[in-house]
Amino acid sequence: MVRFAVPLALLAAWWAASTSGFIKSYQLASPRDVVRELFELAASGLLWRDLGASIERVALGFGIALVFALVLGSLVGGSRFAERALDPTLQAIRAVPSLAWVPLILLWLGIGETAKITLVAIGAFFPIYVALVSGIHGVDRKLVEVGTIFGLSRFALIARVLVPATLPQLLVGARIGLTQAWLFLVAAELLAATNGLGFLLTDGQQTARTDEILVAILLFAACGKLSESAMRLLEKRLAGWTDTVPA
Amino acid sequence: MAARIRGLRKAYGTHLVFDGLDLDIARGERLAILGASGCGKSTLLRCIAGLERTDAGTIATSGEIGVVFQEPRLFPWLNVQRNVAFPARTDAERARVDNVLALVGLAHAAERLPKELSGGMAQRAALARALVRDPALLLLDEPFASLDALRRIELRAAVREILEFTRASAILVTHDVDDALALADRVVVLAGSPAEIAFTGQVGEGATRAAILDALGVVELRSRAAPREEALAVLSKMHDQRRNFKSSCHTAGG
Repeated sequence: MVRFAVPLALLAAWWAASTSGFIKSYQLASPRDVVRELFELAASGLLWRDLGASIERVALGFGIALVFALVLGSLVGGSRFAERALDPTLQAIRAVPSLAWVPLILLWLGIGETAKITLVAIGAFFPIYVALVSGIHGVDRKLVEVGTIFGLSRFALIARVLVPATLPQLLVGARIGLTQAWLFLVAAELLAATNGLGFLLTDGQQTARTDEILVAILLFAACGKLSESAMRLLEKRLAGWTDTVPA
Repeated sequence: MAARIRGLRKAYGTHLVFDGLDLDIARGERLAILGASGCGKSTLLRCIAGLERTDAGTIATSGEIGVVFQEPRLFPWLNVQRNVAFPARTDAERARVDNVLALVGLAHAAERLPKELSGGMAQRAALARALVRDPALLLLDEPFASLDALRRIELRAAVREILEFTRASAILVTHDVDDALALADRVVVLAGSPAEIAFTGQVGEGATRAAILDALGVVELRSRAAPREEALAVLSKMHDQRRNFKSSCHTAGG
């Protein structure tokens, strides 16, 4: 019950402020207007178009980031040579605030889907990569020794000891990466888009429709929360064996 | 012969741990290796287990080797049953899993994750895992060191029973003379740098508690006869004086 108290109080205050005329509708739409806008967008099919476009960009960008992070993270985590060759460069790139790449990406890739997905992928890549490398470096050497004693082949050692030992960290990295993916999606869609939740935001701003902006914000919140919960569920299922306080 | 070590040489940088060590372990023999901390007894075990690169010499072992470390080293993502089944390669070995679990008294905890085990249970699971391949040689590296006194006694009894039951050869590395006397047929003391065999003796013959402690350089209070008797005499004199004083007070008061 307690967890609902603050949101309900905020909702009541919002409703009271907007219906009493204390806040004008062009400043902040009332909860009723927001719900009506949501239903109108759903009925017209625009909601599904924008929601679908955004989810698709996040899924593609995140998927690409995951593949790159798995390949590069395994290389850097598993080989001293690869670490010396690749990690400094990747860390340097990571040190650049990722949104600083936007102008360059737009110049190279135009304002199409490729640019947006690339930006999402850049955002999602680093948390996964960093978590995987530190996960591999953190594998308990004593457990590896147990595998060695039982004469495990290099492949078996990776599959039966290193992968399961690294999985919890990787999943945490993936969860943070997915959150980053949504963050970068907003940036990408705010810059140039003809659909997507970010487009709803800019459209609402240009037409001074606060109800439309709020619908987009609520949908972002819902998508972010849902994908985070899904990742946490995955962590619980696949890495419930860890003996640490959940992050 | 369960293991034959000839001319073993092992160095960490400039520090020579062994320089020409010879040691034989007969089939079915239970050997305890004692020595001060850092004398190289764990290193010797790790060399036999194939976990350390040796610099010279040969280590020949016949048959499967099982290892139990100071820590259980269970895979935290596998339950007890799967941890114990981890080294199993054949159907016969997989069929042994339930047997060894029962042998160490963990049949009821087969589904538990390592984080749900007490220290003693985890160590017993590690012992079961070392037994799955029916090793000809069991290497025990301070297996009781992380346990409290009661669990230690419990696990020591379990290990003794299992060693008698499986008739496996065993090398027990320990710093505890009681562990050695309880489990081994023969005791070897490593000392010096590079480490050499400073003492070897059969339990029940040469390897008495006093002889082992002597070889370890431990001087028990009891053996320091002269000064100790003097001290005791002083103490008892003080005690008598106090008692006399008390009783005289008593008499005076009464």
